[in-house]
Amino acid sequence: MPNSVNRRSRLGALPWIFPALFMIFAFVLWPAFEMIRTSFQEVSSSGITQGWAGLENYRNLLINPDLPNVLIRTFIWVVGIVFFTIVISLPVAQLLNAKYPGRKLVRWAVIIPWAASVVMSSTIWKWILDPYYGVLNKIAMDLNIYTEPIDFLANPKHSFGWLMVVAVFVSIPFTSFVILAGLSTIPDDIVEASTVDGATAWKGYRHIKFPLIKPALLVAMAINLINIFNAFPIIWVITGGGPGYETDTTTTLGYKISFRDQDIGQSASMASINLIIILLFIGIFLKVSKSQERNS
Amino acid sequence: MTTLLVPKRQKRFTGKKVSLTISAWVLGFLFFAPYFQMLLTALKPQEEITSIPPTYFPKNWAFENFINVWKEIPLGTFIKSSFVISMSATLIVMFIAIPAAYYVARNDFRGRKPFLFLVLVTQMFAPTALVIGIFREIAKLQLVNTYLGLILVYAAFNMAFSIWILSSFFSSIPKEIEEAAWIDGCSRFSTLRRIVLPLSLPGLATAFIFTFIAAWNEFVIALTLTSSPEQEPLTVGLTALIGFYQVQWQYLFAGSLIAIVPVVILFASIEKWLVGGLTAGSVK
Repeated sequence: MPNSVNRRSRLGALPWIFPALFMIFAFVLWPAFEMIRTSFQEVSSSGITQGWAGLENYRNLLINPDLPNVLIRTFIWVVGIVFFTIVISLPVAQLLNAKYPGRKLVRWAVIIPWAASVVMSSTIWKWILDPYYGVLNKIAMDLNIYTEPIDFLANPKHSFGWLMVVAVFVSIPFTSFVILAGLSTIPDDIVEASTVDGATAWKGYRHIKFPLIKPALLVAMAINLINIFNAFPIIWVITGGGPGYETDTTTTLGYKISFRDQDIGQSASMASINLIIILLFIGIFLKVSKSQERNS
Repeated sequence: MTTLLVPKRQKRFTGKKVSLTISAWVLGFLFFAPYFQMLLTALKPQEEITSIPPTYFPKNWAFENFINVWKEIPLGTFIKSSFVISMSATLIVMFIAIPAAYYVARNDFRGRKPFLFLVLVTQMFAPTALVIGIFREIAKLQLVNTYLGLILVYAAFNMAFSIWILSSFFSSIPKEIEEAAWIDGCSRFSTLRRIVLPLSLPGLATAFIFTFIAAWNEFVIALTLTSSPEQEPLTVGLTALIGFYQVQWQYLFAGSLIAIVPVVILFASIEKWLVGGLTAGSVK
């Protein structure tokens, strides 16, 4: 809440907030409107609007034979990655919070995938997974896990799994730092009191720490949902969504329809459906943070 | 000395500490390893990169890769584009977000709540989700393949984070300090400049660095809005190398490291304030 309660008119605020409003309206909300409008238009492959198309674009999208599989895959993508990210980030955050020599270095190491561009992280993973020159096959073969190199990205089911591994890898840092922020607000005496009471480490975590970091966790989950749903570079760089559409999610599918197949109208209808899903996620996020405000 | 008094407890404690330390270091190494692999590959000569079976470490350390990369690929041009675009977007964000955040932090006006709601919602919008709309708009404005197109989009999408984090810093400054300055005859603007901004330096640094890095790392919009090597930022320019007949991985990764290292250092410096800004005040 503001410190001073001068009720000023809207006009008084305008010079201060107008530029920000302008940027948001012109380059965030207008593109959203433009995209939804395009989804109802007939657009030539060179990008010229030919007139209204009614629901034609949506019809074309729904009869797209690849759509059902892409939808199922997107669901697995979002739920799987968010689940594994959270489950792994919880112990990771514990380790980042504990006291031991070199903690600062460990924290810095975990920050790298968060700070580095996801495109570049994806590129190195593509190289690590390379069947002939990649280090992953080399390590596995040196450890005698198997003797012939495996092409991790040859089978779409396997390559999609590896894409998810990379997505979990780049999502853990942010998530564990959010949980860490929650952990570091827990006063030491609460933890000590629980050990004095004879609670085991696991019970102490489950009943004392976990409820206290739950708010942080929910927020991290909501933000991850949106980020993972929109994740583009990982798929684009490592498999390009291929072969065919077999490792695409709705985000990369929408992009391909538009910038490769040149069907901008159909792509806009895919993206508009995506936008509605994101708005649902945002609604969840707002609800979660509202209920937390009330609880705190 | 305490070990003599309670030897058993102390010993168990040390054993636990050792395993804790080891697991933390292993964890740190796991996250560092891919980038270490990037470095090792960037330091291999071409013939070692394509040798089967591959090697872990270069036999001949090709440190000259980091010099040759500037000639082999247009790295200088990519960096220049990335820097100009990111810096311009960041400056626009700062100029626009500071007054907005200050006003929101200090005044209760009609429309304050809807404004903050709008900001919060746009923070959740990823440009990826709107890429087709953005492309149509930028094409209409005839800004495809220009720095300006990317600058405007990046500034708009990163506005929200800066407004949030700055307004939380501004409202933590006691109002009395400002009032004292007003009594001394300072105008609102000079109070902001001389009192509020110097007191919120960590917030300013966080907003600045975060916006810069977000623009520096962005990929989808840059991929869509640029198509010539002169305008392409690093993320797009370097990835385009993968499409070549023979990928020169050592240069691709040398270039990537040159792009990543400064960003990681900057990022680590604002980590403390970052989480609060990204979760928009929900994590206390």
